[in-house]
Amino acid sequence: MTDESALSTAAPGGGSIETQWDLWEVFTQEGAGAPHEHAGSVHATTAEHAMQNARDVYARRGKVVSLWVVPTASIVASAPSEAGPLFDPGNDKAYRHPQFYKTPRGVRGL
Amino acid sequence: MTDQNPAASRPAASPVASPADVAKVAEFEARIERGESIEPKDWMPDRYRKQLVRMMSQHAHSEIVGMLPEGNWITRAPSLRRKMVLLAKVQDEAGHGLYIYCGTETLGVGREELVDQLLTGKAKYSSIFNYPTLTWADIGVIGWFVDGAAIVNQTMLAKASFGPYARAMVRICKEENFHKKQGYESVATLASGTPEQRAMVQDAVNRWWWPSLMMFGPSDKDSPNSAELIRWRVKRDTNDTLRQRFVDLTVPQARAVNLTLPDPDLRYNDETEHWEFGDIDWKEFQEVISGNGPCNRERLAARRKAHDDGAWVREAAEAYAAKRQAADAA
Amino acid sequence: MSGDDSGNGEAGTGNRTVSDGWVAGARSRTATSGIAENVLFEYLLRLADDRLVLGHRLSEWCGHAPILEEDIAVANIALDLIGQASALLKLAGDVEGKGRSDDALAYFRDAIEFRNAQLVELPNGDFATTIVRQFLFDAWDVLVLERLTASSNATLAGIAAKALKEAKYHLRHSAEWVRMLGDGTTESHQRAQRALDDLWPYTTELFLTDDVDRAVAANGAGTDAEGLRPAWRQTVDRVFGEATLTIPKDGFTPRGGRTGRHTEHLGRMLADMQSLARAHPGASW
Repeated sequence: MTDESALSTAAPGGGSIETQWDLWEVFTQEGAGAPHEHAGSVHATTAEHAMQNARDVYARRGKVVSLWVVPTASIVASAPSEAGPLFDPGNDKAYRHPQFYKTPRGVRGL
Repeated sequence: MTDQNPAASRPAASPVASPADVAKVAEFEARIERGESIEPKDWMPDRYRKQLVRMMSQHAHSEIVGMLPEGNWITRAPSLRRKMVLLAKVQDEAGHGLYIYCGTETLGVGREELVDQLLTGKAKYSSIFNYPTLTWADIGVIGWFVDGAAIVNQTMLAKASFGPYARAMVRICKEENFHKKQGYESVATLASGTPEQRAMVQDAVNRWWWPSLMMFGPSDKDSPNSAELIRWRVKRDTNDTLRQRFVDLTVPQARAVNLTLPDPDLRYNDETEHWEFGDIDWKEFQEVISGNGPCNRERLAARRKAHDDGAWVREAAEAYAAKRQAADAA
Repeated sequence: MSGDDSGNGEAGTGNRTVSDGWVAGARSRTATSGIAENVLFEYLLRLADDRLVLGHRLSEWCGHAPILEEDIAVANIALDLIGQASALLKLAGDVEGKGRSDDALAYFRDAIEFRNAQLVELPNGDFATTIVRQFLFDAWDVLVLERLTASSNATLAGIAAKALKEAKYHLRHSAEWVRMLGDGTTESHQRAQRALDDLWPYTTELFLTDDVDRAVAANGAGTDAEGLRPAWRQTVDRVFGEATLTIPKDGFTPRGGRTGRHTEHLGRMLADMQSLARAHPGASW
């Protein structure tokens, strides 16, 4: 497995390593008010270039109204090993959920 | 502990499996058993990672090489509508290759390396694309048979245990249905057309049927990877099951347009409710996947040329970006 | 007036603007029932054939582009252009009134009946040649389509409105690539400069004006591109400047495509494009 880990993505500039450009993550919004969702990745150089590539790859079927592109290297992700401490305590705090509260019936706006 | 640069450094963050990690493997397999998705940063046995890289990259290579036999007829498409449909289909195939390469990259291998493996002949791709497209009818038949077979396979893979692969498959399945439909529509048009068109499409069917059946791979008893892949829910059905599904779907479609399939042993079994078919010539399959099919050399030569001719373009884009970055920093 | 294809009918639209004997006297081979329709038909063929030929040329890159993302991008542009060509040819056939479909016009006219500018029929060459050609066309196309959105022909105005959105995106793509190649590496700069040197002469034709252009501009159906030249120069000067490329001096100015006088490249291209359709005349696909 160490072989593959040694050969990571693009080396900058020309040089002797052939590059397929940097990796960018693409997020699409399919309608006003909808959240941006991760659609996949593209390879590109500048942000403008990434935007165009993302549009051609992920938005050419016309259901997209907004695009975000982010260099993959800029994404900070939580590690699975910390999922417990990071997320479990939130799961059992019922007072954060609206269903926890008993309210009189018939009162509007709650 | 958070991770910067998840794609490039994922393997370093995930520990490598060792024989002592019995508990880890057991937990991994239990997760799969529960139907959970394995994501790129999750712990996984080294062999699982390797199998996925192999499967996914082979699949991606197939999409890219698959652009060539069909691309062969874009410039000669006989109507503007067919021209656009074919161009859109080939464009989709490039996109599918791209989605799957990106999915493979989540496992820590760069696209440069994957491309290099294809171009140096180290990596395999689907045998079917080593056959030539000799007439316009081949295009319709490819949409019908080859995309039809791919759909059977991909529908299963949309439930694969590895998250990025499954998600790529879901996206691809949505797009693939148009491919098969337009292929069959073309076939139906030819089959009810002029005598020359009818002869053309029957001839194409005769040439593409058996190679399409071979797409599903050898019988599982002869396929070393199958059992493990099924246990890990990367595959969910055997090659033979998928092949049978394809045959059962396709035979009635052929009959509906008065085309015969080149198999004298094809007959419906009322008890099993399946179409039985004749023996596949696995010697031909072996020859083709070992590099001796009719078009293997041309396909790779074309990809190498595109890659080599394009090097200065890729470098130019990189150089331009570096200059812009330097200018912005200044 | 007879619908006479032999070129003897008086509805021909000879090009009388230049002292170029080779081009002068070319006539439309398809006289229709009225001069206005005939002129509009000619004009629509020019618009349509530009897109059909350029779209076809771009489609030749499919599977051979420098990188996967570019295979997808170039196919996109080709699809847009061929789609526009189909819509324009359909309209042209309606205007002509002889029952010719878009396919009939695309596949069963000879090179001498095509009305595209020579720029778009040139072979693709390397990626730099393709990109520079595309940029020169896109910068012109956006200006022409902007005018055509106000066409007195409602169908043409509608086609132009949709095409304008596509053309703006094409221009964004080709301009960015001109910059990337012009200001990329030494090699890419040299290739881009060579492409510009080779293609620049063919841009004059985009702005030539003849009786057809004047007639459609006068009745509001079309536009006369001559007046668009300054705006076009603004765009191309700016982008080539950003790309560190030098615009050649005007000199040799090939022309004739608008009246069927093409380079030898078009005939070869059509031989490929039309061969199958012509082998089965009357067949449906």
